[in-house]
Amino acid sequence: MKYALFLGCTIPARSRNYEMSARAVAHRLGIEFVDIFDFSCCGFPLKSSDMKQAGLLAARNLALAEAQGLPICTLCSACTSMLAEEAHLLARDRALFEEVNRELGKVGLSYSGHVKVKHFARVLMEDVGLDRIREAVTVDLKGLPVATHYGCHYLKPSEIYEGVEDPENPSSLEALVTAVGARSVEYAHKRDCCGGAVLVADEETALKMAKGKLDHVKNAGAKVMNVVCPFCSVMYDDNQKSIENQFEVSYGIPVLFLPQILGLAMGFDRKELGLNMNVVKTKGLTEEITGEK
Amino acid sequence: MPEFQMEKCTSGFSAMVAREPGAEGIRSCYACGTCTAGCPVRRVNPAYNPRKLIRMIHLGMKDEILKGKEIWLCSSCYTCQERCPQGVRITDMIIALRNLAVREGHAPSGVSMQADLIKGQGRLYALDEFDEKKRKKAGLPSLPAEVEGAIELLEKKE
Repeated sequence: MKYALFLGCTIPARSRNYEMSARAVAHRLGIEFVDIFDFSCCGFPLKSSDMKQAGLLAARNLALAEAQGLPICTLCSACTSMLAEEAHLLARDRALFEEVNRELGKVGLSYSGHVKVKHFARVLMEDVGLDRIREAVTVDLKGLPVATHYGCHYLKPSEIYEGVEDPENPSSLEALVTAVGARSVEYAHKRDCCGGAVLVADEETALKMAKGKLDHVKNAGAKVMNVVCPFCSVMYDDNQKSIENQFEVSYGIPVLFLPQILGLAMGFDRKELGLNMNVVKTKGLTEEITGEK
Repeated sequence: MPEFQMEKCTSGFSAMVAREPGAEGIRSCYACGTCTAGCPVRRVNPAYNPRKLIRMIHLGMKDEILKGKEIWLCSSCYTCQERCPQGVRITDMIIALRNLAVREGHAPSGVSMQADLIKGQGRLYALDEFDEKKRKKAGLPSLPAEVEGAIELLEKKE
């Protein structure tokens, strides 16, 4: 279980709590992460302006992992889809494959088409497995009610993920949190998008999308949200206060990254999981779990 | 009610869009509206309507589409693309329309700013000393502020 860890742009700068908790949980479960310091942006933010350039940037990252003979493990769902989509296209489109390799050749790189891209949650499901995750639990989460937000690019477009999971009826992220003793809460419109990608074009629309989900999560009685993408976290955690102010509502729902929830059950402390960096305060939540003040 | 002016439409726009990677299948659309019915953006902002956009493409309403705001409202969640009974790659088509709009000089400022940042530093957020300090304090490995190899690759392509 050795992977090149792909961090992308947002996580190392803005979501260090995700990176810290993922590294801690991975280490505990025997997943080895190799850092490739030359990895760049995945290409996703360039897609809207120039999909060719975006694809090329993705291909360069694939080539760097291939040169070390490693599969890629991602944390951000947008990075996952960008890299997996490029690998998918390069495996099927000979003309694109040749064009991309011509460009990569100008900077002394090449890609032969053998890099697997997996989101961290998928590595946990497929390589570690629920049994070993259950065995790693040391702290009882006592059925903590968790609302899982799958987000979009973790599941879609489904063709690039070889149909691993049905995007209309996903279950992996809920299986992971229930494996460590949390209770998965069903809520309306669970599959809806966070709205993060609309933030640049129309903040009001984006916030309304996030509000809709927070309403449903609160109504369902969840005490915490589970996310696997930094953009979803921006919408529900960073923007929760402004949604509360703008729409005169109140949530106070901590939004945790999946490995922060898993890490709590594995006995890591708040600092090791970066829980002090979450915007909505998590102190009450962790006190409830550990009984410590 | 504004009158529809056929003479203002661009003949061949539909074919132009269909030549873009990802948008090849737009002719298969039979306007059932599955895309619009399931769209989470549409639910909070009725101005966004993917079925309408496809009809507008077929009518040749190039300026309205490429200069308009609608194509930038898609959240690229792929719900429509996954569900389209005709296999139209609607999310990919929106990306193709955005690429066309950018090529014709209609990029929203936020979009061109993001592109410039990535071309200039290889990542969206350059990691400054402050970030590095925070990473170190969190026990995280140091990363280069900018990614030279990526900048070089994009420069050589242009």
